Amino acid sequence: MKDKDLKSREYRSVTQVAGPLMIVEGVEGVAYGEVVHIRTPGGEERMGQVLESQENLAIVQVFEGTRGLDTDETRVRFSGDIMRISLSKEILGRSFDGLGRPIDGGPELIPEASLSITGAAINPTARAYPDEFIQTGISTIDGMNTLVRGQKLPIFSGSGLPHNDLAAQIARQATVLGSNEPFSVIFAAMGITHEEANFFMNSFESSGALERIVSFINLADDPAIERIITPRMALTTAEFLAFTYDTHVLVILTDMTNYCEALREISSAREEVPGRRGYPGYMYTDLSTIYERAGRIAGRKGSITQMPILSMPDDDITHPVPDLTGYITEGQFVLSRELHRKGVYPPVDVLPSLSRLMNEGIGEGKTRADHLGVSDQCYSNYAEGRDVRSLVAVVGEEALSERDRLNLKFADAFERQFVTQGPDENRTIEQTLNLGWELLSEIPEGELKRIDAKYIDQHYKKASPAKTGE
Amino acid sequence: MTDYNKGKIKSVAGPLVIAKGMRGCEMYEVVRVGNEGLMGETIKLIEDLAYIQVYEDTTGLKPGEDVIRTGAPLSVELGPGIITNFYDGIQRPLLAIKEKSGDFIGRGIDVPSLDPEKKWDFRPIAKEGDELQGGDFLGEVDESKVIAHKIMVPPGKKGKVAEIKSGAFTVNEVIAVLDDNGDKVELTMKQKWPVRIGRPFKEKLDPKEPLLTGQRIYDTFFPIAKGGTAAIPGGFGTGKTVSQHQLAKWADSQVVVYVGCGERGNEMTEVLMTFPQLDDPNTGEKLMERSTLIANTSNMPVAAREASIYTGVTIAEYYRDMGYDVALMADSSSRWAEALREISGRLEEMPGEEGFPAYLGTKLADFYERAGRVLTAGSEKRMGSVSIIGAVSPPGGDFSEPVSQNTLRVVSSFWALDTNLADRRHFPAINWLTSYSLYLDFVRNWYDENIDKEFMVIRGDMMAILEKESELQEIVQLVGQDALPEADRALLEVARMIREDYLQQHAYHEVDSYCPKEKQFLMLKVIVKFYTEVKKAIELGISANRITGVKIKDEIARMKYEPNQQFSKRYEELIKSIESEFESLRNQ
Ligand SMILES: Nc1ncnc2c1ncn2[C@@H]1O[C@H](COP(=O)(O)OP(=O)(O)O)[C@@H](O)[C@H]1O
Ligand SMILES: [Mg+2]
Repeated sequence: MKDKDLKSREYRSVTQVAGPLMIVEGVEGVAYGEVVHIRTPGGEERMGQVLESQENLAIVQVFEGTRGLDTDETRVRFSGDIMRISLSKEILGRSFDGLGRPIDGGPELIPEASLSITGAAINPTARAYPDEFIQTGISTIDGMNTLVRGQKLPIFSGSGLPHNDLAAQIARQATVLGSNEPFSVIFAAMGITHEEANFFMNSFESSGALERIVSFINLADDPAIERIITPRMALTTAEFLAFTYDTHVLVILTDMTNYCEALREISSAREEVPGRRGYPGYMYTDLSTIYERAGRIAGRKGSITQMPILSMPDDDITHPVPDLTGYITEGQFVLSRELHRKGVYPPVDVLPSLSRLMNEGIGEGKTRADHLGVSDQCYSNYAEGRDVRSLVAVVGEEALSERDRLNLKFADAFERQFVTQGPDENRTIEQTLNLGWELLSEIPEGELKRIDAKYIDQHYKKASPAKTGE
Repeated sequence: MTDYNKGKIKSVAGPLVIAKGMRGCEMYEVVRVGNEGLMGETIKLIEDLAYIQVYEDTTGLKPGEDVIRTGAPLSVELGPGIITNFYDGIQRPLLAIKEKSGDFIGRGIDVPSLDPEKKWDFRPIAKEGDELQGGDFLGEVDESKVIAHKIMVPPGKKGKVAEIKSGAFTVNEVIAVLDDNGDKVELTMKQKWPVRIGRPFKEKLDPKEPLLTGQRIYDTFFPIAKGGTAAIPGGFGTGKTVSQHQLAKWADSQVVVYVGCGERGNEMTEVLMTFPQLDDPNTGEKLMERSTLIANTSNMPVAAREASIYTGVTIAEYYRDMGYDVALMADSSSRWAEALREISGRLEEMPGEEGFPAYLGTKLADFYERAGRVLTAGSEKRMGSVSIIGAVSPPGGDFSEPVSQNTLRVVSSFWALDTNLADRRHFPAINWLTSYSLYLDFVRNWYDENIDKEFMVIRGDMMAILEKESELQEIVQLVGQDALPEADRALLEVARMIREDYLQQHAYHEVDSYCPKEKQFLMLKVIVKFYTEVKKAIELGISANRITGVKIKDEIARMKYEPNQQFSKRYEELIKSIESEFESLRNQ
């Protein structure tokens, strides 16, 4: 009976192949979202998924490309199931391709669970608000835009900027103070180069953490449409580890711009009304079904922290990919080409950067009571200093007021000493905040309006010269 | 025989399902789709085909599965139990959903909006023999510590009270019977209302009172009236959500309906976490006691997101009908518009600007039109209001896009968030030069009578200083500050004081988060006093450098953090300190 069912669901009635899509006619009972197995005339196996199901017809997106498909001999078998991933605890340390097939020569997993990769929305009443400080050892993050467990915080970058170094450094150094529960890292690559993927793998390896890493790798020369699936495979794995095995998971998704381009390709093949720059109008919703899978759940021990990386075409932050991402994620780190040129690493421009969950993660008992004040004050003086810097170019240094001069000096020192650090330099939060005080102590006390007077008494001109981590 | 109550799925694509055999089905009728009975709503009809937007994920649906009509349009259940509750976009209680499907939201979950088990203590107001009409009070129930929930005769029903009960009842039990010319009309504490139709009222009235928010930038500079509309547009990270949360916390309305429309899950969790903890300055009870939340986060089904703002505004109107001032926050109306666009795209409608349907403007106007101060339905003369504050999320932060522009056309307060200000952490990042309020003239009297006649005058002076500052800034950009006359340099200092010490307001500071109107007025007077002294000193030829070096500036900068209750004492001290420091400046 079952056999007959299977057989009857195999068709050779492909009537159209266009772009990443294929139309199969004469079908029956095809489910929306159903997984499809395709055999090319050349005997290759491919995978697809139903994008639209009509009474006698199904529109299928083919993940590995439609090259070699025809409207004659191509065989299509409807699996009767939606897209799933088989998971077990043994997945740690393994590598897969963008569709979740092992590429490390290891055996198939013996599944404990087979989960739909679409995931379901976390009920807002079930969430636990993220409030545990993650120390990344990077001053501009810990001090100015703090990361917390369960947050989704992307890196907005551009080609040639050191976003990979930064992400790898965060993955290596991230700890939660007073806890020794290990992080697992899930690494999902979409359309990045071999070198980039190797860089990450070597970095993970050098920190001796390979057995805590799961990777899903779709490289630049791998099929583009696969990228639709890759982050979902990664996040389903993350949910499994976080909420079944109480693990704290850091998910790195790179490069989300490639993901969005795959989305655009499908949308234009379907001749949908395009939104801005040809990206589909539903891209916000689609991205949210990825990013919103970060978080914590009340009563469960694990967590999912997401760090998507995306390159901004033309360094344009208003481009739909960073724009829609920023509307969903809980802040962003923005890398600046100007700082990079000046030799500042990590070249994080703190002004457009933001961590929306910072407030709950810092302060007394978490970082230090003066943290918020220090951060606000540094922001304010740095912002003013940057304004003065552009003013100086026009009016010259002489026309500056004393206040302007101090802020200008502050901005320079802030970039050179606070933001700048080594790719292996791991600063404690104490060191970061003391460094902040050291710079703020150059500003007249009365000007420090953003800091509570009692912290000024405690720290102003008292910070010991910041020693950096060994 | 054909079964007109049932059709079959013809096709499925994302949230749109087309069903055949649906002749007779009405527009906006709710249907149950597929074997799991997913909830949907018809949005287009062609002969026997019904186009259905489905409020749940459609993965796994197949052509051939049943589509069952319910005969009713998308409606909300109105009755006690709404306040303090937490719903999804189609008014399903999220806690009840969690009980059924766990931490992740499952599909096909059918839960009643109002708890059918819970008994409420019903106290009659109407008496046997009273002639009642729609909107009249039958009785009341203590819904929360602060909301006396009036049980009203539903619109369209009327008659003489034949029977009225008293005591504990569920929302489904009959509590009164009307005799409508011989017809018996049984009434419970629950009524239903279709969300896409505004509830009736007698008359719309002009706005008169401000909706005070405890936020200086709005109350002092760009007020919204009770029953008014406001929009907060801004790019990501400029402060839309924090502003909306602040308004939901501190606005002096009696009921708050907060609609999280296509935004983050954690932001809803934050509301859930903080509202039951925070005290309402107007009642002394917890903020949750006057609030209801509707959360359809970005990753929840897009069609239910489209419905969520209607669910919200219908609930708001219902409490308005009881005579309450209700404030509705919608964060973000752009996500609603995008849901509309997505569905429209699937219907293959002719796209307008940026792919939005041509009717976007009409729909937005219809929504904001449901705000207002009204003379409510019912025989008694009763006033109530719904104020609507919508966040707008323009792509790239560029306000020239269709949702911002169409919203601008219909709202009367415009609070423009500015990425530049947000980047330098000037919060709330509302641009004081481009924002406006058309309610100023309506509420001026109220300010005169309830705060002080001087208030609006000072406001005008402050605004003038800020405008002058922006002119001067342009000159400074070209030639530097040194080139300005002394008086102008002093003015820049005062402008900075207004911006930093008055307009900036820290949402997370325990004191500064809420600033009562009395304190706003005194803070303004401190700045005015400072400015007056500055002008005097300039006239006496004292240099701007010396003036801007006064110590009192630092104290003024901290006045916003002074506890609200004792502020009038602090005010006196500040005024004295200003006088004495300037006096010694003059004597030097
Ligand atoms: N009034 C305010 N006081 C303090 N911080 C604010 C205020 N408004 C906004 N912020 C800061 O800006 C961030 C972004 O604000 P949010 O309202 O989430 O932006 P949006 O909704 O426009 O994306 C917040 O996380 C907070 O750090
Ligand atoms: Mg927001």
